[in-house]
Amino acid sequence: MGQCTPLYDLHLALGAKMVDFGGWDMPLHYGSQVEEHHQVRRDCGVFDVSHMTVVDVLGSEAKDYLQRLLANDVARLQAPGKALYSAMLNEHGGVIDDLIVYLLDSSPAPSYRLVVNAATRDKDLAWMRAQSGDFVVELRERSDLAMFAIQGPKARAKTTELVSQSRAKLIHDLAPFQGLADGEWFIARTGYTGEDGLEIMLPAGEAVAFFNDLVGAGISPIGLGARDTLRLEAGMNLYGQDMDEQVSPLAANLAWAVAWEPAERAFIGREALQRQRQEGSHSRLVGVVLEERGVLRANQVVRVDGVGEGEITSGSFSPTLGKSIALARVPANTGDRAEVEIRGKWYPLRVVKPSFVRHGKVLI
Amino acid sequence: MSSIPADLRYATSHEWARLEADGSVTVGISDHAQEALGDVVFIELPEVGKALNAGQEAGVVESVKAASDIYAPVGGEVIAINEALADSPESVNNDPYGSWFFKLQPSDAAQLEKLLDSAAYGASIDG
Repeated sequence: MGQCTPLYDLHLALGAKMVDFGGWDMPLHYGSQVEEHHQVRRDCGVFDVSHMTVVDVLGSEAKDYLQRLLANDVARLQAPGKALYSAMLNEHGGVIDDLIVYLLDSSPAPSYRLVVNAATRDKDLAWMRAQSGDFVVELRERSDLAMFAIQGPKARAKTTELVSQSRAKLIHDLAPFQGLADGEWFIARTGYTGEDGLEIMLPAGEAVAFFNDLVGAGISPIGLGARDTLRLEAGMNLYGQDMDEQVSPLAANLAWAVAWEPAERAFIGREALQRQRQEGSHSRLVGVVLEERGVLRANQVVRVDGVGEGEITSGSFSPTLGKSIALARVPANTGDRAEVEIRGKWYPLRVVKPSFVRHGKVLI
Repeated sequence: MSSIPADLRYATSHEWARLEADGSVTVGISDHAQEALGDVVFIELPEVGKALNAGQEAGVVESVKAASDIYAPVGGEVIAINEALADSPESVNNDPYGSWFFKLQPSDAAQLEKLLDSAAYGASIDG
């Protein structure tokens, strides 16, 4: 048995099929992952994401430290509550993890909250500690917090009906990609589905009661199976599949999250990345659609006529499109057609931008 | 607990078989199989007229999780396929014993006796 969130017994009571995810026993689905996926796109659903790692970065040099540690620049966070997405690189420009960082407070000195992946917790914390020696900074893991994601067009409206007045007002006023505290809760308008919604961090002791309130109000619990198909439709990477330490952000559709300016900001991996940028990246991450019946899966070989080969990094069935989609790493000069090998036969693929569905709308 | 109707026979590869009054055999997959597969999204059926041996690959059922081969539980000729499954593959998950895949005219009806009865199938999946 792996690690459990505070909601373990509740998941079982709700009929969850549990699976191991990065050493955690998590709900894969509660009956049908395809139905759960549709529920989030059309209405809303709630995910237990308490397995993710929350680390507060405090101290007088927290900002300088993160400006060194992260490929994106926390100086872009100008007001408390602002958040950004970033990769954390090693010296070779390979991705150690991807994460969201929130500016918690600007005085007396800026302090931040990072949310990193569950499966990379030990590696990330060891790396972050190893890089902190030169800075006056404190890393405080918040394992006292549970975390839920409530996602979908009706997510914010339905959640405001179930929380205190001050939290309802906070939610109402929250801008996209902003996160603010109310007492011991932290409420952010972020997510991993391509829909509007919230991610709420709250004391672990309050998790069961609040999840019960949400489900009791008719908000469907959603498992990791749907979480994966939702994020794939939204073109969002999954660390460990779409990128890892051998992969540059330039080859993982993450160049947009690298802050090159100011040129003096010596973030870890900058030199290696600059060299790659000068040479031109050999590969890039694209979206692909299988027009015929079948399901694309990680590691299937992709062939681009006259250009070369690549592979599927993440593939699945897209419930919104009714066909299979994937992210694939292919040669940089791939055009709009390719082929994939599935069980010994080749099938045609349409190559598209790696973003298939946003706010319920098909983009491709 | 997996549902295992007593009036059907079962292959160790998780297909169920029902002998009809007219001597044909209807084939589908068990509740245990659909539960293990997860949401079914595509189904590849054999062609009508195809001759199959017992244990031969007859089609493919593809779920969000994996693609799984379907095997003919007994030998025979495919006389009908359930084309409605293409439009609602989820019916295999919702109603595995009501969602038939294909019907065979068996070459040797005695082969049905070699399949597991519900008690034996239940024991085989409990292990």
